[in-house]
Amino acid sequence: MKHSRLWLPLAAAAALFAFTADALAQKTRITVYTALENDQLGPYKAAFEADNPTIEIAWVRDSTGVMTARLVAEKDNPRADVIWGLSASSVVLFENMGMLTGYTPKGADGIKPVFKDSKNPAMWTGMDAYLSVVCFNTTEGGKAKIDAPKSWKDLTKPAYKGHIVMPNPASSGTGYLTIAAWLQVMGEAEGWKYMDALHENVAVYTHSGSAPCVQAARGERLIGIGFDMRGASEKTKGAPIDLILPSEGAGWEMEASAIVKGTKNLDAAQKLIDWTVSRKANELYGKYYAIVAMPGINAAPPNYPAGAEAAMVKNDLGWMAKERDRILAEWTKRYDGKSAPR
Amino acid sequence: MTAASAPLIRARASRDDLIMRAGLALFALFLLVVVALPLWALLSKSFQDHNGNFVGLANYLRYVETPALFQSFWNSLFVAIVVTAIVVPLAFIYAYALTRSCMRFKAVFQGLALIPILAPSLLPAISLIYLFGNQGLLKGWLFGQPVYGATGIITAQVFYCFPHALMILVTALSMADQRLYESADALGASRLRKFLTVTLPGAKYGLISTSFVIFTLVITDFGIAKVVGGRFNVLATDIYKQVIGQQNFEMGAVVGVVLLVPALLSFAVDRIVARRQVAQLSARAVPFEPKPRQSRDLALTLFCAAIGLAILGVFAVSVWASFITFWPYNLTLTLKNYAFGNFDPLGWGVYWNSLKMAAASAILGTIAVFLGAYLVEKSKGFHVGRNFVHLLAMIPLAVPGLVLGLSYIFFFNMKGNPLGFLYGTMAILVVNTVAHFYTVSHLTAVTALKQLDAEFEAVSASLKVPVWRTFFRVTVPICLPAILDVAIYFFVNAMTTVSAVIFLYSSETKLASLAIVNMDESGFTAGAAGMATVIVVTSAAVKLAQLGLSRLLSRTQAWRKR
Repeated sequence: MKHSRLWLPLAAAAALFAFTADALAQKTRITVYTALENDQLGPYKAAFEADNPTIEIAWVRDSTGVMTARLVAEKDNPRADVIWGLSASSVVLFENMGMLTGYTPKGADGIKPVFKDSKNPAMWTGMDAYLSVVCFNTTEGGKAKIDAPKSWKDLTKPAYKGHIVMPNPASSGTGYLTIAAWLQVMGEAEGWKYMDALHENVAVYTHSGSAPCVQAARGERLIGIGFDMRGASEKTKGAPIDLILPSEGAGWEMEASAIVKGTKNLDAAQKLIDWTVSRKANELYGKYYAIVAMPGINAAPPNYPAGAEAAMVKNDLGWMAKERDRILAEWTKRYDGKSAPR
Repeated sequence: MTAASAPLIRARASRDDLIMRAGLALFALFLLVVVALPLWALLSKSFQDHNGNFVGLANYLRYVETPALFQSFWNSLFVAIVVTAIVVPLAFIYAYALTRSCMRFKAVFQGLALIPILAPSLLPAISLIYLFGNQGLLKGWLFGQPVYGATGIITAQVFYCFPHALMILVTALSMADQRLYESADALGASRLRKFLTVTLPGAKYGLISTSFVIFTLVITDFGIAKVVGGRFNVLATDIYKQVIGQQNFEMGAVVGVVLLVPALLSFAVDRIVARRQVAQLSARAVPFEPKPRQSRDLALTLFCAAIGLAILGVFAVSVWASFITFWPYNLTLTLKNYAFGNFDPLGWGVYWNSLKMAAASAILGTIAVFLGAYLVEKSKGFHVGRNFVHLLAMIPLAVPGLVLGLSYIFFFNMKGNPLGFLYGTMAILVVNTVAHFYTVSHLTAVTALKQLDAEFEAVSASLKVPVWRTFFRVTVPICLPAILDVAIYFFVNAMTTVSAVIFLYSSETKLASLAIVNMDESGFTAGAAGMATVIVVTSAAVKLAQLGLSRLLSRTQAWRKR
């Protein structure tokens, strides 16, 4: 009798085990490389897997620079199936190196043209856009009796001398899109002249695009030029900063998704790409980004200033990629060579 | 001994020799695979263009012609020399106090001095900004000088390098021979004369290798320069810019080769000095026992207290930082910064990963290092092989983590590499960490083995005891303290390693040290400080356990005393 009582739970356990093992066996696990912020990974994964129960996402996440370097280094023997949430300029770099497989997702018609690759099939699709903005610490500004700037031009005023931090474009993608926008909006000659003047006011060029707004949030600096969403999240945490969209317009960059050539899970990868352009996905993006690929989505992350979409400058991604080496060499010669005094 | 048995003994000995040589060859192969071949996979790119075509020295020419890059070379040299010049004398006096005085609370001072080695390098950088940044608590102390730049790099490096220097110098100073001082006393030598003619020459080798270790540590570290370097460019941040900022592996490889130069120089000098030093220590030396002298002991206590407090202060600031709600505007204390799940999807999982990785590195690394050092030290003849292994063992110290990490991608992810299955697993993190921290462990093991008279092997051989039995019955028990030292060294460094593993982890194997960097970058400085505190506490607990264990093992060390 004792035996029979033992039997039942054992059998149940065995059945359960067989069932879960079966379910696990059917799941396709895809490796997704990303530079999305950590807090976005959980919700994105959960939402996608809810709609695609047979696919499981394994994230590999680090900063844009590290992920880009890693993907290029792995070029001859790729480990990623899909890229979801990496800057479009990195993705275009991979495209030029022949590392991607083209695929136009179902539902691509639903997103704004600027977020679409013009090739057929598309090599990548855009998800959302981020801007390079000015983060201004109001508390420190009040203490020092310095007013907030309204435009890029304002930043060259003598009052801001030594109060500005911005990312070094040679180490940060945000830094590069910032100066690329200046060069496109003001024209090459004027753009460099502007940076010469700005250089006099810049205290430090940081290695990361997040650092400037974080430093402004801590009062470490009065003004940080950098990644907008970092500024918004700092403000949500209680930092006394304002995000300013300069009147001349701001440089921007998209986050994009793409399929890595040679993936063994092409079917699952395509399903994921299909999902990344869906309304559900765009509604999720809209919780974190002010500008998303699908029109008519309420994209309003907390503490983000209005008018982001209007502030986007006319940006030629192809030009940015083509001229990158030349611009960075020139920038480095002008500003990086002048090292700080010992 | 009869004429008939003599050839027999020789045959026996030579079989041991053959085993040792085969072991050495296998070991050379191991080091080739984990150090030399991966490095070659990356550094060979310095002779190639973007498309992999051979271009000779073109990249090097471009490097020398780019003033901004070349400037970094001088900046690196400057910072490394200044830090070495500050750290070595400070650590020497501290080590002197610990080994040659009757100062009280030695164990406390020794423990305090170890804190920096237990901490991720971001910890002093965070503390420095909280102390001397523009909102810093003690910002007036810098007389309006900004902390960003050479000042910040040097200050943080001094903190970070101090225990490394101290470890080597304590070993160097504790190996003194009491009989030399007794002779000097008998000859009526003055204290200064004794210091100059006995103490300093005895520690000469330690001083020189300390200088080179510190110099190399400073020149290859990039974590500190990245956070507080400001506009002051150094070689290690240049690699970051080339590789991470611009995916220009070719130029990154050039800078990597430039960084290897000082390390190879230091290897050469180290060999030359070591050759002269060996004769100084005889097997019959008697350990030095300090005698109390109030004025000296008091002065040294004050000195150690000042340094110990400074170290404790830096650590305390970052512990405090981990409990602050929003620095500097909301100083309310909170525990929520330790809810790591809010900052990283794995949450506390990264910590368990780190523990696993550190434990595996400690066990496997120690076995590899000790076996390797034994083969290098105790095999007879075969100089080419021994020197080759020794050179391979010295390379990792000179290689910045970033370079080693990238090398591992290129080598282990190469198509057709039979070791490719390691890629993306916990195992590759362990192999990488063992390789990265190989040099200092190797030197520690070699130092311990040098203290053992070669007669042990000779006697065993004549007693027809096989070499491996002598190894397990005699060598290992006697060297247990050094073996434990090596294991702990691997453990604490594995807990804090960043730059090498940042390219190698996968979604399940993310480490706490990497989470710290990510948290700091996303503005969760308090969370980063919290995780850093957890790491320091863990490593300190492990270190304390080691001290307890060593006390239990002290029976095996009685032979050292007179």
